[in-house]
Amino acid sequence: MKIIVDFDVCQSHGLCTEAAPEVFEIRDDGFLYILKEEPEEALRGKVERAVRECPTGAIQVEG
Amino acid sequence: MSAPRSIVVVGASLAGLRAVDALRRRGFDGTLTWIGEESRLPYDRPPLSKQVLRGEWTPDRTALKANYDALGADLRLGRRATSLDVGARRVSLDDGTSVPFDGLVVATGAAPRKLPGMDALSGVHVLRTLDDALRIREELGKKPRVAIVGGGYVGLEVAASCRALGLDVTVVEALPLPLAPAIGETMAREIVEMHRAEGVDVRTSSGVSGFVGERDVEGLRLSDGSVVFAELVVVGIGVVPNTAWLEGSGVALDGGVLCDSRLRTNVPGIVACGDVVRFENALFGERMRVEHWTSAVEQASAAVASLLDGDAAPPLATVPYFWSDQYDAKIQFAGRVAPNDALKVLEGSVKDRNLVAIYGRAGKMRGVLVVNKPAALIRNRKAITDGAAFPD
Repeated sequence: MKIIVDFDVCQSHGLCTEAAPEVFEIRDDGFLYILKEEPEEALRGKVERAVRECPTGAIQVEG
Repeated sequence: MSAPRSIVVVGASLAGLRAVDALRRRGFDGTLTWIGEESRLPYDRPPLSKQVLRGEWTPDRTALKANYDALGADLRLGRRATSLDVGARRVSLDDGTSVPFDGLVVATGAAPRKLPGMDALSGVHVLRTLDDALRIREELGKKPRVAIVGGGYVGLEVAASCRALGLDVTVVEALPLPLAPAIGETMAREIVEMHRAEGVDVRTSSGVSGFVGERDVEGLRLSDGSVVFAELVVVGIGVVPNTAWLEGSGVALDGGVLCDSRLRTNVPGIVACGDVVRFENALFGERMRVEHWTSAVEQASAAVASLLDGDAAPPLATVPYFWSDQYDAKIQFAGRVAPNDALKVLEGSVKDRNLVAIYGRAGKMRGVLVVNKPAALIRNRKAITDGAAFPD
């Protein structure tokens, strides 16, 4: 599974960091960082929740 | 009760869509009928007062992502539910038909409050639907003077969008300070001052006694006798939950569809989610009706879980979160505050477009407000969830 974030669309709501803290982080500069671009399969449920909870629909999962 | 084989979802905005999506994702493979009053497919409302009004987005960009083929629902758009028979377990629609169900998800949202006489005048609008936004946008092109009734988030976002378009804007607010019930007086005052600094004429403690104009609106008459001249008026004075179709049905209503912490109504097999709901938030131990985007998403998921799993579904314990974009200020708030809660500014000010403030009561943190500080919002929302202490 590969994480793709549209950074033009992301507004740093950070709900993804609550759903999948292993994968997403908002730092003090206000920007989103992807900690794991290809997270292990065990994180799929959390990542899919992050996708659903993103208010701007900025996250996509490939594979 | 046994697992439902036929489910009806009434409402086709964010909460309804997410309920339908959750049902299929969780393996519900029975009959799914989905009723939506608007004739459009579900779209996202937050951009309406901002990107759509400013003309930056075409309407299609507001569409909510969904794979409708995979959802396999009998979607009936442009249809309104008119009544509910809990004994026969049927929902009646405005085309005279009715739909049977084992399980029902109520997601009928809320409708904007109106002012008396506004429907008789052209140029006076509410802003709730995409069609509302497109009508307002078209009129904004004629460079009107704009008057906004109501200084809530919708009104203030419209004000900011109109200022971005270079228009003269007046906001008329009945309370001494708009937003004060939601974020307290100190912060509300700073936000009002931001709008004044951006050139908005904000009139507080001002009621609207009527409109000026015969066919086209020419202005607002205020309670002190003064007149605000405007060719376009946007009325943003709150919403009323869409529960008229449930009155007398046996589903308990009290300022919304009354739900427990699992989004269940008093009638077995009937759950609700979104703006229409007043539910028991297990984290705050109080009933609340929350009109935020994130709440609709959380509640849809929780409502579906209890429809399919009953008592095994977890109660919804959540810190309400919303955001509002005004000028270059991204305002975010999480929590639930009362007027007398203590406020502590940790950093900056609204004026600096850089703020972190927390709210507390009885030694417990209850809310966080930030401007352009998303990381601090997330940190503090988590702290509230975890029951963090409020420092003296």
